[in-house]
Amino acid sequence: MKLRELSLDDIESLAVGAWILGTGGGGNPYLPLLNMRLLYGQGHRVHLVDSGELADDALVGTVAGMGAPLIGQERLNDSLTLARAVTVMERHLGRRFDALMSMEIGGSNGIRPFMAAAHLGVPVVDSDTMGRAYPELQMTSVAVGGLSGHPVSLVDVRGFESVVHKVPSWKWAERIARKICTEYGSTAATCQPPRSGAEVKKWGIHGTTTKAIAIGAAVREAQRRHTDPVAAILSVEPGKLIYRGKVMDVARRTTEGFLRGVVRFDGLDEFRGSSGAINFQNEWIVAYRDGEPLVMTPDLICVLDSVTGEAIGSETIRYGQRVTVIALPPTHIFLTPKGLEHVGPRAFGYDLDFRSVFSP
Amino acid sequence: MRRIGIDVGGTNTDAVLIEEGKVAGAVKAPTSEDVTTGILDALKALAATGVLKGRSIDGVMIGTTHFINAVVQRRHLTRVAALRLGMPASASLPPFCDWPEDLADLVRGGVWMVEGGHEYDGRPFMPLDEAAVSRAAREMKAAGLKAVAISSIFSPLDPSHERRAAELVVKELPDAAITCSSDLGRIGLLERENAGLLNAALADLARDTIAAFEKAIRDSGIAAPLFITQNDGTVAEAHQARRLPVYSFASGATNSMRGAAYLSGLSDAMVIDVGGTTTDVGQLKNGFPREANSVVKVGGVRTLFRMPDLLSIGLGGGSHVVLDPLKVGPVSVGYRLLKDGIAFGGRQLTTTDIAIALGILKLGDAGKVAHLDAATCRKVFAEAARMAEEAIDRMKTEAGDVPLIAVGGGAFLIPEKLPGVSQVIHVEHGDCANAVGAAIAQVSGECDQIFKDLSRTEALAAAQGIANDRAVAAGAARPSLTTIESEDMPLAYLPGNSVRVRVRVVGDVAAA
Repeated sequence: MKLRELSLDDIESLAVGAWILGTGGGGNPYLPLLNMRLLYGQGHRVHLVDSGELADDALVGTVAGMGAPLIGQERLNDSLTLARAVTVMERHLGRRFDALMSMEIGGSNGIRPFMAAAHLGVPVVDSDTMGRAYPELQMTSVAVGGLSGHPVSLVDVRGFESVVHKVPSWKWAERIARKICTEYGSTAATCQPPRSGAEVKKWGIHGTTTKAIAIGAAVREAQRRHTDPVAAILSVEPGKLIYRGKVMDVARRTTEGFLRGVVRFDGLDEFRGSSGAINFQNEWIVAYRDGEPLVMTPDLICVLDSVTGEAIGSETIRYGQRVTVIALPPTHIFLTPKGLEHVGPRAFGYDLDFRSVFSP
Repeated sequence: MRRIGIDVGGTNTDAVLIEEGKVAGAVKAPTSEDVTTGILDALKALAATGVLKGRSIDGVMIGTTHFINAVVQRRHLTRVAALRLGMPASASLPPFCDWPEDLADLVRGGVWMVEGGHEYDGRPFMPLDEAAVSRAAREMKAAGLKAVAISSIFSPLDPSHERRAAELVVKELPDAAITCSSDLGRIGLLERENAGLLNAALADLARDTIAAFEKAIRDSGIAAPLFITQNDGTVAEAHQARRLPVYSFASGATNSMRGAAYLSGLSDAMVIDVGGTTTDVGQLKNGFPREANSVVKVGGVRTLFRMPDLLSIGLGGGSHVVLDPLKVGPVSVGYRLLKDGIAFGGRQLTTTDIAIALGILKLGDAGKVAHLDAATCRKVFAEAARMAEEAIDRMKTEAGDVPLIAVGGGAFLIPEKLPGVSQVIHVEHGDCANAVGAAIAQVSGECDQIFKDLSRTEALAAAQGIANDRAVAAGAARPSLTTIESEDMPLAYLPGNSVRVRVRVVGDVAAA
């Protein structure tokens, strides 16, 4: 396998880019980044590998943290615990992984596989299963592909180890894993259902770590040069500028364990006089301009600080912030009828027919 | 009620006497290297006006930037033993892990991590490993450490493990200065722990500084208790402030805002405090500055505790002015204003020169700025107004026009009309609003906790009770307590209707 060693600078960029791909959720990657800085300081290194390098019968472990972001601020992300979620799965399967990958490139989970990989000495595949952040386990490309939703390993730092051995569907995997996670204290290190090299090649969303690093590097470079970071992102990604404005109001509520609500904006610059709004369920789901739905899931809606170009999350967005909203294209896997069933606007309770902002 | 308020700023030490709700006297003295000389000089100057004669003084309230400067300048810091309860969680991110190296090298005396801590719902995470705490304390003693910072997972919800660990440490180290992170509130282990570590690092300086303040007051012939003003616009009795010096980190800006509220009689307004180099913009809610809900960096360390939400921009009375292309600030001549400005025979054009040219200020030699035409000067003022307008708009929390109180020595830069502002209010004694804010400060109590399976009303009531008790413990008179902040935030991914509630109350200082 052809491996590429990541520099600490790459990982700093990855943190900025993954937070942007978090589309409002996924958790700020600061603590995972801090872990990586310390691991690099101790001499650990991580490597990236293209999915094309995987043998069809290679075994790939998918690493993710699960739980409430707030809990993660007290029970801090721990790299050895993530590594243990992987080894628990390996023991369950009776076989070692050849590589790891991200379940979710958006937010903290974009970095967590590297925390485990630093200890385990295996490469991380440059692919994930969301291409962004989503709130539930069935909202992945591998679920859309009909691949198995079990087994899932869940580990608590105190030594508890659970494996959801067999369930009939991804929704059941989500329900049972979520219960275990709650009992652990609403935080768990998980290893998601193992994938073969062939499955990753067919159903993975490819190049997403590289993409996050490129986005982050563009933003950081623009910050250093005092140039427009949003323009920098759009120069490396085929995205679309949707809106510039100022946050006028944020309404939040939690229902069924999700943070839901709506943010309203007043337009600035070329959007002066035009109103904006975005509905969210942890992540940004539907963006409206002048009352018309303009961008909707699975298209990526990214709300950025207009000055720094860094992402703003749905938990922390507040009145007065100057924001720029951009859209990025999703994986083609989510644009199929099956894909839209899992992650289209109706999967989030919106009676809207999906129309991509990128369709001609 | 007769109180003296003192604000020790970077340039001046201001002192005021407030008597029956009025400013009876106000003076300025240069701030001294040792801080206390400046305070003595200010008190002498205040006495010289004759206002201190007659009835006794009820309290002296001092606001100082001494402690935050020590962190920023890396001076007078004590080595700290960090004791974290919460193993086996968070082991890969030990105390000091995100500190700037130079500061960590000065402060890190040792790190001990033992089992303990709680869950978000109050269940114990792990039983406290008391033997390990005692062993750690003995090792701290052997290492000659006397300042100890104790942190524990979810201690804002349940501080019992931190308290018990503190008892065990005191058994081994009877004269230790101990900071418990739960005394500093806020969920966010690393940031709360960082605040605790900084607090412990200031233990010696706080003890010495407050002793020196008490001596300065005694030497001035004033027999009154000493209070230190806090980040949130309240005061703590000297013995409590000595324990928690980080709570006075941002008291200067806060005092200005509180003073602005008092002098204007408004309790809900925006405040713009224009100094020589920077302008601070904040929002008054119920007479207090709105608090920052996010991470605040102090000397490069990420912290999260009671701090005012302020926006600082590089605009002030000493700001450099470039005419073509027009640029105001952020560089300033600072304390050299009366030497370096054109109107004072210097060579640097400043905003003060422009004000003199326009006849707004009567200072220096107006002849030296007579060559500046009125249209150009008005353009400079328009630029300053634009900068102020943008800062105000960023700090507003709702749409619509709001009143604006302009204070500070550079308040002349703020015009009578600004977009988004219903009314611009300039107040008498606005140049010493900070000392006024110190003089009128009250005592507060706070609760920041996650409540489960309670209705919103029940959760708010429970939080209110806890905050009230804490304010009384801190020296407030119970009948005078009022709630000044109450907010709730539903939490994603937590089961059973979890809601995080933050309530803050204030009251008058209870009679001794």
